[in-house]
Amino acid sequence: MRDDDPRLPSSPGFWRSPLRGPWFTSVLGVVLLVGVTVLFVTGLVSYAAYNPDLARVNDQTPDKGILGFYLFAWPTDPYWLYRLTQGLHVTLGITLIPVLLAKLWSVVPRLFALPPACSLAHALERISLLLLVGGGLFEFTTGVLNVQLDYVFPGSFYPLHFYGAWVFFAAFVAHAALKLPTAVRSLRRRREEHGAHGERVSRAPEPGELVSPRPLPPTVSRRGALWFVGGASLLLLVTTAGQSIGGVLRRTALLAPHGGADPGGGPNGFQINKTAAYAGIDAAETGEEAWRLVVTGRTGTVRLSRAQLLRMPLHSSALPIACVEGWSTQDQWWRGVRLRDLAALVGYDDPPDLFVESLQRRGAFRRAALRANQVADPRSLLALYVNGEELSPDHGHPARIIVPAAPGVLNTKWVARLTFGAL
Amino acid sequence: MRPRPALGSPLQILLLACSFALAGYAGVRLFAGDWQAVALWLVGAALLHDLVLLPLYAVADRAVVRALGAAGRRQRTMYVRVPAALSGLLLLVWFPLITGMVDRPYRSATGLSADGFLARWLLISAVLFAGSALLLALRGLRLRRAAKRRRPVVH
Repeated sequence: MRDDDPRLPSSPGFWRSPLRGPWFTSVLGVVLLVGVTVLFVTGLVSYAAYNPDLARVNDQTPDKGILGFYLFAWPTDPYWLYRLTQGLHVTLGITLIPVLLAKLWSVVPRLFALPPACSLAHALERISLLLLVGGGLFEFTTGVLNVQLDYVFPGSFYPLHFYGAWVFFAAFVAHAALKLPTAVRSLRRRREEHGAHGERVSRAPEPGELVSPRPLPPTVSRRGALWFVGGASLLLLVTTAGQSIGGVLRRTALLAPHGGADPGGGPNGFQINKTAAYAGIDAAETGEEAWRLVVTGRTGTVRLSRAQLLRMPLHSSALPIACVEGWSTQDQWWRGVRLRDLAALVGYDDPPDLFVESLQRRGAFRRAALRANQVADPRSLLALYVNGEELSPDHGHPARIIVPAAPGVLNTKWVARLTFGAL
Repeated sequence: MRPRPALGSPLQILLLACSFALAGYAGVRLFAGDWQAVALWLVGAALLHDLVLLPLYAVADRAVVRALGAAGRRQRTMYVRVPAALSGLLLLVWFPLITGMVDRPYRSATGLSADGFLARWLLISAVLFAGSALLLALRGLRLRRAAKRRRPVVH
C-alpha cells in the first residue's frame, strides 16, 4: 500500500524518533494549557490597562465590539501592577517558545496523516488546527518581533496581536477541550505504570498514533528530552527576566532588548522608551523662555511657566516605568506637582478625567487620556525632577506625567497641554 | 451504493463550529487592514515552521546522530545536540537584535548602543559548547577510571 511506504511522510514508518508518543505530547500540552492561558489573560489585562473605553486616543482597536466586554477602570493600586502583569506576559511568552516548538515537533506526523479527513468532524478539526498552529506562531512571532522594535508585520502591532490572540484562543480552547481527556488519560496511565516509589511496574509499549512503528535506538530518554526542553526554557528565562526585574539583575538579561546596561549614568540613567531625538523634540521649544504648560478646565485656561510650577506645592512619589514591551525599571523617585492640584487650579476640587498632549511630533501616544481615579491618586504627578535632578530631555524635560500602575506610554513625556474634564 | 460520508462526533462538530464563529468574529477585524498580507503571515507562519524550520533541524539532527554513530559515539549525541540547539534557539528568538537589522530604530528609541548583541550571543554559544565539552571530557575520565579499577591487577 502506498500509505505504508516509509519514504513518504504520510506513512507512520517515516517518523523514526523513539521519543514521540502520547505521554511526551501530553506533558508539553499541559504546560502550554496553563502557560497560554496565563498569556491570554495577562494580554487582555494589558489591553484594559490602557483604559481603551475612556477615550479614542487610548484605543488601538476601536472596532473590538464584544471583545472588550471585560474592560474595567484600571486601578492605581498596587502601583507595580502593570509592571508585574506585563513583565509576566512577555517573559513567560519568551520562556514558552521551546515548549511550543517541542510540542509542534512531537505532533508533526499528524500534519501529514492520510486520508486528510475521515469524517466531517475530523475535517473541521484539521481546519481548526491550522488556526491553532498558524495563530499561535503568529502571536509568538509578532510579540517577539515587537519587543525588538522590528516592525515588519503587516500593520500596527496592537490590532494584529489583539485580534490574532482571539483567533488563536478560539482554536486553542476547542483543541484543549477535545484533547484534554486524552492527555489526562495518558498521564494517568504513565503514573500507574510507575509504582508508588517511582519504580517501573510494567513495561507495556505505549499505545497511540504518535508512537513510531519502527523507532531508531534512543539517544536520550523521554524524561531526558523533557529536561532538555525545560533547560532551554530556563536559558531564555534567565537571559530575559532581568529586563523586568532591574537592578543588578538587568545585567543578566544578556540578549533582551532592555537588558545589559542602563543608558548614561546618574539620576537620569534608567531605561528609555523613546528618546527626545526620536520624538522630534526641539530644544528651543522646551527652554525656560519658550515652554508654557497650558492647563484648561471649568474656570478657563491657565498658562504656567516652569518657574511658576515650581512655586506650587511639590510632592514626591516612588514609581516604576513599565512598558508594554515587558521591560520595566525599578522605582524612581519623582518630584513634581500633583495632578489633582492642577485640576483644582482650573476649578475641579473633585478631579475629573484628563486629556494630556505632548510636544512629541509623532508616535501613537503623543496624546493620551487618564481616568479620574488616576488623576485623583495623590501619587500621580506632573513630574519635574527625577531622583533629585531635573528630568533629562530623553525622560521628558521639562515635565512629564507619572501615574501609579499605568502602562509606560500613558506616562506622557514633554507635556504641553492638560485639559481637565473634556476628552 | 456509495458509502455516505461519515459525520463524526456531533459534540465535536458543535464545539468546533462555536470556535470558528468566535475566530471569525475576531478574524474579520484581524483582516480589516491588509488582509492578504495578514493571511500570508498567519498561514505562512504555520507552513514556514512545518515545512522549512522543522525539516531543517530534523535533518541536521539526524546527520549529527548518523555521523556520531559511524564513529561509534552515538551515545554522545546529546553533548552536541544540546549546545547546538540552545545556541540556535537564542538566534531564532533574538535574530533582529543579533544580526543588527534593527540597529537604527533600536538606538534612536532606547538611547542604547545596539552593538554587543552579536558578541554576547557568540560568547554564550562559546560557553555552551565549552561546558558541554568539559562534561564530555569528565565523563570520559570517569569511565576510564572505572574501567581501570575493574581491570584485574596482573603481576
